[in-house]
Amino acid sequence: MTLDTTVIAPTASRSHAAPRRRRISRDRVIDQLLLRLPLGVALLFTLVPFYWMLLFAFRPAGSTALIPWPITLDNFAKVWNTSGFGIYFLNSVYVAVTSLVVSTIIALLGGYALARFEFRGKGAFLLVMLCTQFIPGAMMLIPLFQIFNGLGLTNSLWSLIVSDTVFHLPLSLVLMSGFIRNVPVELEEAAWVDGCSRIRAFRLVVLPLLRPGIVAVGSFAFISAWNNFLFAVMFISRQDQFTIPVGLSYLLGEFGTDFGALAAGGVIAVVPVVLVFAYVQRFLVQGLSAGAVKG
Amino acid sequence: MTASATPASRRRTRSTAWYPYVLIGPAAALVVIFLVYPVASVFYYSLQRYNVTMPFYNGFVGLGNFIEIAQDAKFWRSLGFTLQWVVVEVGLQFVFGLILALLINRAFRGRGIVRALVFSPWAVAGILTTTIWLLIYNPTTGFGHYLADLGLVPYGTSLLSGSGTAFWAAVLAELWKGAPFFAILILADLQSISLELYESADVDGAGRLRKFVSITWPHIRSAVVIATLLRAVWEFNNVDLLYTLTGGGPAGSTTTLPLYVAQTAITDRDFGYGSALTIVAFVILIVFTVVYLRANRFGRENA
Repeated sequence: MTLDTTVIAPTASRSHAAPRRRRISRDRVIDQLLLRLPLGVALLFTLVPFYWMLLFAFRPAGSTALIPWPITLDNFAKVWNTSGFGIYFLNSVYVAVTSLVVSTIIALLGGYALARFEFRGKGAFLLVMLCTQFIPGAMMLIPLFQIFNGLGLTNSLWSLIVSDTVFHLPLSLVLMSGFIRNVPVELEEAAWVDGCSRIRAFRLVVLPLLRPGIVAVGSFAFISAWNNFLFAVMFISRQDQFTIPVGLSYLLGEFGTDFGALAAGGVIAVVPVVLVFAYVQRFLVQGLSAGAVKG
Repeated sequence: MTASATPASRRRTRSTAWYPYVLIGPAAALVVIFLVYPVASVFYYSLQRYNVTMPFYNGFVGLGNFIEIAQDAKFWRSLGFTLQWVVVEVGLQFVFGLILALLINRAFRGRGIVRALVFSPWAVAGILTTTIWLLIYNPTTGFGHYLADLGLVPYGTSLLSGSGTAFWAAVLAELWKGAPFFAILILADLQSISLELYESADVDGAGRLRKFVSITWPHIRSAVVIATLLRAVWEFNNVDLLYTLTGGGPAGSTTTLPLYVAQTAITDRDFGYGSALTIVAFVILIVFTVVYLRANRFGRENA
């Protein structure tokens, strides 16, 4: 390399560096263009729809400005108080948080079994788990409705907690067992040698190292429960038990033309998910790298 | 690390043989009660005439429902649309997701923020996707109105009410939500490629395309196979967006098979016929999965 440049620019030390820098900088410009240009387009495509919703939510009624100014909270007051989003919000939080806790505990137990034991029926169990992924959720509605009816759980938020948890369980289990498999078994074995029981060794050695996995699995459970629409709209008919997505679907019909209220409802629906997602998305890529996909 | 790959069987002793069953118990119980049993009952109902609105005709009909399906024009039409929807949607999402992943895999300032932003639609609910895109598509205050102000389209243009444009309007909305899924899965795999491979390729004077074909693609191929399969199944079964955005319309032109199932079961209360339709959908998905994995020579090393 050094030889090249001396041949090209043999005269003075100042012009010695110049052509080389120019050639590299042209490469760099093309390189940067190939990165920034499509990235800019992708960002625009992603963010403009979000902005459009914020615009409608914060813009005064009747305004057609493309900047929401003066900012108004009228739309939020309307959906929160009049349309009942205050209640729906609490219901959604209750469903999503309970589903998160239940999913995480069950996935920890089952994931540990899948990661650390060979046992008869393991293959069959995994096969059933895989098959569940092919079931159209729409068709589970009828039998699930009958089951919840039998259990007296129709119009109860628990019907949503149970169905969300169960539908999400295969993914939670596979993800969690991937995370557990990534904790070297030698660490546990060392703890056993030191006289720890299996449970104690799990609590003291494995659990602290599993924190990213627990965050990831829990957050996915939270997001999927928070977002669930089909079960919520079919199992719940009492308005005081509505969740946010159901409330949103009624806004879609009810306020056919009140787009400000609809947008405000959308913002209320999206904020918790975006907050959770912003925190968890690092673990998302990390967790899948951990081998969960290749299983 | 290599030693930890097969630790379990070595560790097992007689006294701990029952551990895994206790641990897997809660998951298995939930799955059996709320997934396996309902699926079994769907199989059972598919052989019955079972319509809540006409209880006196209910009873065992054998394969009657399936024979009816074979002659049902609405079924064939919804199946055709489902295939169109899945192929277009998964194809576009994959291409955009791959490009996105390759971009974000590079080092640049503000990468963390950009990644979080472009991935964010993945976390958004189907019903929220509808909400957002309805705000964009509606003819009175949406994009169309502003484009009309500029004289580009006539006023009152509604993408969702034309049977040709409704499809592409739905495709665009779902692409917005779905492309990040591919980006996330592919990016996870890209980050496990050793940088030394690229460095030695640089030394050999390999170009951008050459490096992609020889290093990147072989490495991410299996993740791509799994991701496209998962997404195809997911888009096949996806009801939320089309149900709320187009309602299957206009005139049934965007009714997928699961949407037809939902309408049969919930609107018409025809549980028997709806169940039979589900079995057909289920079988199609299983066959597709097996063929797709075989065609991609997947899972050979496990067999």
